Amino acid sequence: MKSFEITGTAIDLGVFRQRLLDHSCGAYVQFEGWVRDHNEGRKVLRLEYEVYEPLAVKEGNRIIDEAIARFGVTRACAIHRSGLMELSEAAVVVGVSSPHRGEAFDACRYIIDQAKARLPIWKKEYYESGMAEWVNCQRCAHPA
Amino acid sequence: MKVRVRYFAAFREAVGMEAETIETSAETAGELFSECTGRHTGLGNFPSSLVAVNDEMAAWESSLNENDEVLFFPPVAGG
Repeated sequence: MKSFEITGTAIDLGVFRQRLLDHSCGAYVQFEGWVRDHNEGRKVLRLEYEVYEPLAVKEGNRIIDEAIARFGVTRACAIHRSGLMELSEAAVVVGVSSPHRGEAFDACRYIIDQAKARLPIWKKEYYESGMAEWVNCQRCAHPA
Repeated sequence: MKVRVRYFAAFREAVGMEAETIETSAETAGELFSECTGRHTGLGNFPSSLVAVNDEMAAWESSLNENDEVLFFPPVAGG
């Protein structure tokens, strides 16, 4: 079973949760990142994620292995979307199961924080104004 | 030496191409990026950009070899 996946279609959260079930676990923590209708004062209509999948999957699995080793949780999985997304869709889901809740919360937080900082994934926001911009990249291109 | 360079997201849009093969004397990934910002006037230098070499994340100080594939990633924004 792969721990980290990229998908171009809606994430089935019920199926995802099944993968984390374990009789030794008394705690399950799940984080979902949703498409939000605003960012930095601008109204967002939809998003597009570009993913460099070969490296995102490799690095994503590395992050999950780190979380399991560091916090001693029983199972951890994550799925990130690619492509166009509408408001309130789940862009990312992280699930962690463990005997007790403390390490499950910590591991879940670690996975989403590291994923945001390390995975080769880029988000383009489409605004009500008709403009579209890559997030975090206001200075990536010099004006022509 | 000859290397393959690939651009992603905002970088691809800034240079107007997905990839190019170039002859370079750059010894590190960072030197190669500087060279590319010189070749493409639209490509901005951004401190939190990342680089990968042959599908592994790399440091800007990483040395390059003939036929390496160097991937330039603008600041990431997953999640």
